[in-house]
Amino acid sequence: MVGITVNGRKVEAPDNWTFLSAVESIGLRVPTLCHHPCVADSGTCGICLVEEEVTGRLITACNTPVEEGKSIFLDTERVLEARALLLQLIFSSHPVHCEVCESNNSCKLRKLAIEAGITGREFPYRQDYRPVVDANPFYLRDLSKCISCGLCVRACQQVQGVGTYEFQQHGSAARPATVIDSDLDSSVCEFCGLCVSICPVGALIEKPSLHQGIEEKTVVTTCPYCGVGCSIGLHIRENRIIGAGAGVPDSVNNYSLCVKGRFGLDFVDHPDRLKKPLVRRGGELVEATWDEAMTEVAERLKAVRDESGPDSIAFLSSAKATNEENYILQKLARVLIGTNNVDHCARL
Amino acid sequence: MTNSIADIGEADVIMLTGSNTTENHPVIAERIKQAALSGRTKLLIIDPRELGLSRFATMHLKPRPGTDVAWINGMAAVVLNEGLQDGEFIAERCEGFQEFEQPLSEYTLEKVEAITGIAASDLVEAARLYGKAERASIFYAMGITQHVNGTGNVKALANLALLCGNLGKAGAGINPLRGQNNVQGACDVGALPDFFPGYQRVDDPDANKKFSEAWGVTLPSQPGLSLMEIMEGAREGEIRALYIMGENPMVTDPDVRHVGEALTSVDFLVVQDIFLTETAALADVVLPGACFAEKEGTFTNTERRVQRVRKAVEPPGEAREDHIILAALAERLGSPGPSLKPDEIMEEIASLVPSYAGIRHNRLNKGGLQWPCPDIDHPGTPILHVGRFSKGKASFNPVDYLPSIEPPDEEYPFVLTTGRILYHYHSGSMSRRSHNLEEKVSAGRVDINPEDARRLGLREGDGVRLASRRGDLISHAHISSRQPPGSIFATFHFSEETANLLTNPALDPVSKIPDLKVCAIKVERWERGE
Repeated sequence: MVGITVNGRKVEAPDNWTFLSAVESIGLRVPTLCHHPCVADSGTCGICLVEEEVTGRLITACNTPVEEGKSIFLDTERVLEARALLLQLIFSSHPVHCEVCESNNSCKLRKLAIEAGITGREFPYRQDYRPVVDANPFYLRDLSKCISCGLCVRACQQVQGVGTYEFQQHGSAARPATVIDSDLDSSVCEFCGLCVSICPVGALIEKPSLHQGIEEKTVVTTCPYCGVGCSIGLHIRENRIIGAGAGVPDSVNNYSLCVKGRFGLDFVDHPDRLKKPLVRRGGELVEATWDEAMTEVAERLKAVRDESGPDSIAFLSSAKATNEENYILQKLARVLIGTNNVDHCARL
Repeated sequence: MTNSIADIGEADVIMLTGSNTTENHPVIAERIKQAALSGRTKLLIIDPRELGLSRFATMHLKPRPGTDVAWINGMAAVVLNEGLQDGEFIAERCEGFQEFEQPLSEYTLEKVEAITGIAASDLVEAARLYGKAERASIFYAMGITQHVNGTGNVKALANLALLCGNLGKAGAGINPLRGQNNVQGACDVGALPDFFPGYQRVDDPDANKKFSEAWGVTLPSQPGLSLMEIMEGAREGEIRALYIMGENPMVTDPDVRHVGEALTSVDFLVVQDIFLTETAALADVVLPGACFAEKEGTFTNTERRVQRVRKAVEPPGEAREDHIILAALAERLGSPGPSLKPDEIMEEIASLVPSYAGIRHNRLNKGGLQWPCPDIDHPGTPILHVGRFSKGKASFNPVDYLPSIEPPDEEYPFVLTTGRILYHYHSGSMSRRSHNLEEKVSAGRVDINPEDARRLGLREGDGVRLASRRGDLISHAHISSRQPPGSIFATFHFSEETANLLTNPALDPVSKIPDLKVCAIKVERWERGE
């Protein structure tokens, strides 16, 4: 353990912590932009500056390891001035059409600017216009808005182990790009959506959620696809799923999902959903009331059981249904029909 | 899984076999990649196909499909020859070692190489990698189980893990990756013909008495028919009525032509589902159910973690939550009891299944609980078999290599293996109705090795006809050096070209799993209009 001081308060921190983790451990906050808990910190954006008491140096809290005896202050005048300057430099090449940007209220850059009291550009706008790339079903890439924080590059390399992006060009022109700058659809990208979910600005946008509005609530549940059981947060607006993200951080998947979990849930309100019971009449399936359908099911099951015995009836339960539903179905088969002919597709 | 997803990174060695993890379990693949990238964990892959994880592997051995027991026993023989076994673990925690050890000497390096095609030196190196590791985990999926000798494959892997003491500690274990969101839970709560909830056998007099008393009836004590036997019984007229809830055997089961015959042979077919699937279209009555986002309940994942499913939206139209439909049916069938809400159903499960005894909906709000969870204060069990096996001592089960029952021959010279791709899921009833996923991939394709493609005159995207002794299908060729020569990979997501038109319904005699990973087929170029 290492002893440091934050705003005059003594803090004990493990040796491998950064100043940022030490600050957060006592419930204080340092504003960040290129930091995300799922990737290693790079200190690229410089927003997380803090002032070291003895030397007066400004250091990036996210990637500076704690050191015995060091004392830092968080919101000194020099820190606030430097942070505002850094934000102004970002805005010198970042469009400010926030009202029409899909990222709008969720934009981290915009929140930091408001916090820093920035109301307009201080430096001339160096426009670096690049067309919006709309070439796959899942993401829009609008590199005019990219602030080169590198979160997408790091997440894809470190978390996904895929490495779709690398920086292309240098200095202020540097932008994340795929090999030979092809679109994602012809790159190694697997469309897991992690980069989009942690992009702090509107440079990466989830295409299916475009123009769907802001969610009224998020419901944390479990993904319906494979057996990993990722925790998933469903974004709900007007009784519809308008998007999905990783659910709770301390889950099997942390911040990750795969393409199916993040983008494959639109089957829920597909027009093909069955909305009424159907019964076969004269060879055709026709709509019926619940009462008609259930009476037919019960009567015919009873008739078969009475004629040929309970073991002439079988039930297939479901690896997609809940534990509670599976339990009730097997109980119904065993208790009310009297057969153990109940199975599901565990082997397929 | 004996272990947890969270301890993947604690392994010194991960041995992965019969799993195309990046496509089927992407988020677990991500954890395996992170472990390999950290430099702490070595990845050993043993699988016929080149995989997305291959570039992270220290070694990738490629056995011929269907030869798993041979290489697993071969590895065990090397471990013994080189004295890499965990003698203390075997002596204290296992039984049957001598019966296991003796026949292993038959699995010489030469013999194993001849059967599997794995070079002797590679097998030795792989056995050393696994055998010398302090913590080594085994991950496998349907590539191990979906064979006529699938039970043998799993037993052979279990023997290897016991031999090296790789159970009951973090970063080790035997870890099957379950394919469906709640296949673990459906088994746990008794949707099986031979087990009541909690794997209590229907023909065990004590268990039968316990459930008969709890449910207030005398329960049948003869195990019922398994899925494939139900289909067989339907064709033969023994099964006259079939109730299917949320499954689509017309796409997912082997030899779907025969499945179609079975489903049209029964006098009465009920299908409860969210879409008019290929199976529902054959039904006499179709009941509209609710999907995962429209109901309360729980799923149990591959690491035995019971997690909450929460209602986020209302079901469409008159569709109803499945437990409500079942309660309505139960009432009409004369059920005396009141219909229960999902949290009350879980309380009933907990009262009958010891490993779920401590599970309640209100305990699952912080990331769920891993069973066994024997009481209401229990924190769940991340690692099984720590210090003691539930049955006391673990048994070695000697198993022998058996050749596949349908090896390639002159007429059907290729081996077909089947599986899923990243962008689709199982029968496609959900993923193919996702506009986003369907826009990305809307048709199947079959993977073929470049050499085979050249011989058959196939170019990328060409039409191709695959035929087995049971059926045929038309698809498109995808030429890939990832696919080993002499073999074809096809998916079963796309009903119009499901690989299950071709697959063999032959079953493993113990687990009743069909042999979906090896069947003989022929392949030819196909042009529109033929």
